[in-house]
Amino acid sequence: MNTEISNVLLKSLEHGFQADNVQRDEIHSLRKVAFDRFMEQGFPEVKHEEWRNSGIQRVVNKAFSIHGQEQVLEASTPNQAAIPNLDALTIATLNGKLQDVTDLEGQIPGLRILPFEQAKQDPTFLAHFAKYADKTSNPFVALNTAFSQGGYFLHLAPGCKLERPLHIIHVAGAESALMYHSRNLILVEAGAEAEVVESFISQSGSVETLGNHVTEVLVEESGVLEHYYIQTAGQESHYLNHTEITQRKGSLYNHYNCNLPGAQFVRNNINVRLQDENVESHLYGINLTAGDQLVDNHTEVDHLLPHCESYEWYKNIIQESSTVIFNGKIFVREDAQKTNAFQQNNNMLFGDQALIFTKPQLEIFADDVKCSHGCTIGQFDDEALFYLQSRGIGRDQAQVLLVHAFAFDVTERFKNKAVKQYVDHLIEAGMILNHQLQA
Amino acid sequence: MLRINNLQASVDTKQILTGLNLEVKPGEVHAIMGPNGSGKSTLASVLAGRDAYEVEGGEVYFNDKDLLDMSPEDRAREGLFLAFQYPVEIPGVSNINFLKTAVNEIREYKGLPPMEAKAFLARVKEKQKLVEFDAKLTNRSLNEGFSGGEKKRNEVFQLAMLEPKLSILDETDSGLDIDALRVVAHGVNQLRSANNAFIVITHYQRLLDYIVPDFVHVLYKGKIVRSGTKELALELEEKGYDWLKETVDAQNAI
Repeated sequence: MNTEISNVLLKSLEHGFQADNVQRDEIHSLRKVAFDRFMEQGFPEVKHEEWRNSGIQRVVNKAFSIHGQEQVLEASTPNQAAIPNLDALTIATLNGKLQDVTDLEGQIPGLRILPFEQAKQDPTFLAHFAKYADKTSNPFVALNTAFSQGGYFLHLAPGCKLERPLHIIHVAGAESALMYHSRNLILVEAGAEAEVVESFISQSGSVETLGNHVTEVLVEESGVLEHYYIQTAGQESHYLNHTEITQRKGSLYNHYNCNLPGAQFVRNNINVRLQDENVESHLYGINLTAGDQLVDNHTEVDHLLPHCESYEWYKNIIQESSTVIFNGKIFVREDAQKTNAFQQNNNMLFGDQALIFTKPQLEIFADDVKCSHGCTIGQFDDEALFYLQSRGIGRDQAQVLLVHAFAFDVTERFKNKAVKQYVDHLIEAGMILNHQLQA
Repeated sequence: MLRINNLQASVDTKQILTGLNLEVKPGEVHAIMGPNGSGKSTLASVLAGRDAYEVEGGEVYFNDKDLLDMSPEDRAREGLFLAFQYPVEIPGVSNINFLKTAVNEIREYKGLPPMEAKAFLARVKEKQKLVEFDAKLTNRSLNEGFSGGEKKRNEVFQLAMLEPKLSILDETDSGLDIDALRVVAHGVNQLRSANNAFIVITHYQRLLDYIVPDFVHVLYKGKIVRSGTKELALELEEKGYDWLKETVDAQNAI
């Protein structure tokens, strides 16, 4: 365990676990086990294979505390994340804690949204809590299980088909450096269908925050979940985001992971377990980075049984001195015959200081499968740029067209067209263009 | 319309154009011929503003404005058009979206409002018919999956859409079979008027059977060494470039 480099945060955690009343709640015994598991592991060290190049040490070495002072949520802050033309049910969280959702209560038959504090008394929630993500070796999941004080439980009863998307706006905001732990569960029961858009923003005036989000997703038989992440937070924010998805027979899960200029540090672990037959999963990623941002996406697609299909496509546009990491693992276990697994990662670098670490990994233990993976790293095509300019299209506009074109393979897959348009707009707004460089 | 005085240009420190003079007036078609490596495509690239070319001397005026001072997009907005020898495929950029952006950026430069969608599509239809380019353009990426002939026809179609004052056709005939050549030439002839001009760069006299030039120039070692009318092209076809090279080299030796 590395106590030296992270003593401020670690002390706050150790002390916090002894003193806080979190240990006295319904899930205390699970918290205790998780905390011991974390203390055994400690924060990931520099050479840890799963955390290589991630710069996680720099983050945990900052003076974050779980006792940091929170800001008060301004009523107007969530509007920053509003998506034009998206007719959604909107809810907000502050540092993971679900804000008032009473006006949604009972509005839609079959839909329940509970704050974590209430959820941990709910038998359905307890039947799933710490059953999935805690099986991984991610030390921040253990930490989250030990400390989680906020989050949501989203429950769709069998057959409940949400007509409108649910937009969850996560606001980070603190008066003094804060690490918070948010624990979420999305339970899509048999035949239920939902679209969940999660935005990550920060409130103006906030100091540094480190959000440790763990979201467990269970999609039961024939259930469908469309799941979007859109990060546009301020540069004082840092995110550890672990998303653990378990799918049952005939279900469909689509994840769209969009990171834009903003948060200083983003680490996503997105793991999909295809635990039944005829399961389909899609993981899409669009990452446009700038400044000295670091965005690290680790994904695992785990094929456990036959006749499943997974499809993963990540596109990264890396500007200035930012860094992007893509680590995509696909497992095809011995029983997972007739698997169809596809993975592709394309990267476009702008500037001499931009960095990409990409590592596609495929581990196949079955013998009758169809799998492919590929990866490209490139720069701007000057000839294409000149071609567009020679038709009267300005250099900036030409660059925007070309970046949209690069992103197109992924953005065209967005099921929700309002979200697609919004992300297209964010890409355009996030590009560092020539006229800005000259200014 | 276009005045080139003593133009000198290099690429990768190698001097290609060594003092080129040319004047083009409205309504004229100039053919530029010459052996491989004589600087034909360099001339086209320098005029259009391609980055890799360094202008080391001379001046170019386009409608009395200093052309060399302008960005490639401003040259296009002022009415210069280069039909590429190798049109670029750009997956993900739709033909229609590309054209609309180009048309409207040029209009904006001229202080005109953007074209209405309906009027724009009507114009697309009209110009496609004019240049006999019937490829489906909606929902298709720019030049993606186009055959060589289709790409060249798309260049002429873009020319028709943008209505430039001066068009430079850079070896538009290369890689075309005789039927495609005829279609492309027919398209260009449809677009000729008293107000616009063309510079046709080609290796072969064949294209000039279809696009009949007013003047023919021979480029050799970076400058124009002979100018004449269309008969000069026929003479070149018959005798090859060697007789001209010999004459020029002999003169230089003195």
